[in-house]
Amino acid sequence: MHRTKVKVVEEALDANNTIAAANRSDFDRHDVKVVNFMSAPGAGKTTLLERAVIDLPGVRVGVLEGDVQGSMDADRLASLHIPVTQLNTDPSFGGECHLDANMVRSAIPALPLHDIDLLVIENVGNLVCPAEFKVGEDTRVMVTSVTEGEEKPLKYPLMFRACELVLINKIDLLPHIDFDVERLLYNIDQVHPDVETILVSARTGEGIDRWREWLVQLAAREGAVAAG
Amino acid sequence: MHELSLSSAVVNTVVKHAEGRPVEVVNLRIGKLRQVVPETLDFYFDFVARDTVCDGAKLNYEIIDARLRCKPCAEEWSIDIPHFRCPTCGGSDVEVASGNEFEVESIEVGEPSAPLQDRPAGDLEASGNDSEKEEAECIAPR
Repeated sequence: MHRTKVKVVEEALDANNTIAAANRSDFDRHDVKVVNFMSAPGAGKTTLLERAVIDLPGVRVGVLEGDVQGSMDADRLASLHIPVTQLNTDPSFGGECHLDANMVRSAIPALPLHDIDLLVIENVGNLVCPAEFKVGEDTRVMVTSVTEGEEKPLKYPLMFRACELVLINKIDLLPHIDFDVERLLYNIDQVHPDVETILVSARTGEGIDRWREWLVQLAAREGAVAAG
Repeated sequence: MHELSLSSAVVNTVVKHAEGRPVEVVNLRIGKLRQVVPETLDFYFDFVARDTVCDGAKLNYEIIDARLRCKPCAEEWSIDIPHFRCPTCGGSDVEVASGNEFEVESIEVGEPSAPLQDRPAGDLEASGNDSEKEEAECIAPR
């Protein structure tokens, strides 16, 4: 049978990136800065958000909560009286482990973009897939925790390289576990030289002021910020 | 595990260019930094390709070395472990020369089984052809 070769030369994720750019221009038009907030499951994203978003000076925060199922995290954040929009990835085969640009696009009509300055998109807990899919963010922040092991940056370089800030959470546990923070910081620096890191404990509040200050400065940034 | 979502992206890209013709081969260029496992991508691709023109197509891989370049000292080197500091000057101003590719290079297609309407090549812009993907449910802010 006759076979024809068709030249394509196209990044397979171009379609996603095109939609991400459309999302980004919607956010820009409303002057809303957007953080894509990522981590492994259980690293403490929601708790770090709870700690960070209440009464952030001069910044009105909204959250888009991505979960495979349920609204437990969204309910926790909504009890703080900030606008929270839930996005469940469950019905979408092939998309259950991360948010992609199209899912975020479908949520935009439900977002109060006129009433917020900063939107935090809490991605699905996963160190792999979310790093591949831009959703229209200005920047990316990830959380790693001291219970996850010092070698994680070397195993998941895509994620660690995609971020502008790495929060290292659960440092209150350090006296109780064999974990070498210097080793983790060294590995992060090998994978993403000079990336900003903040040691935090969502439980004791250590480092939370710096995390809050980082968000305030992000909201105050002028114009577009390179993402990934 | 990301191979599932990546295989969907490959199918969507190929469908756009196949114009209804059955796809027999998909030639991919994949950089080592993408951490794609070909066997896993094959597995998911077979599944995601069902009921599309990609059904039964074979994936060919060109694996691209991860090469970095230090901008200040112009040193260029390849890496097998993800260390991104320049080994010569220790600097961090390093760019990826190759290894980030995740590209459909070409496809090989057979004759269409049914007559196709004439369609000029090049009118198929990246249009975010995700219509088959169900929309995630959104609830209003409380």
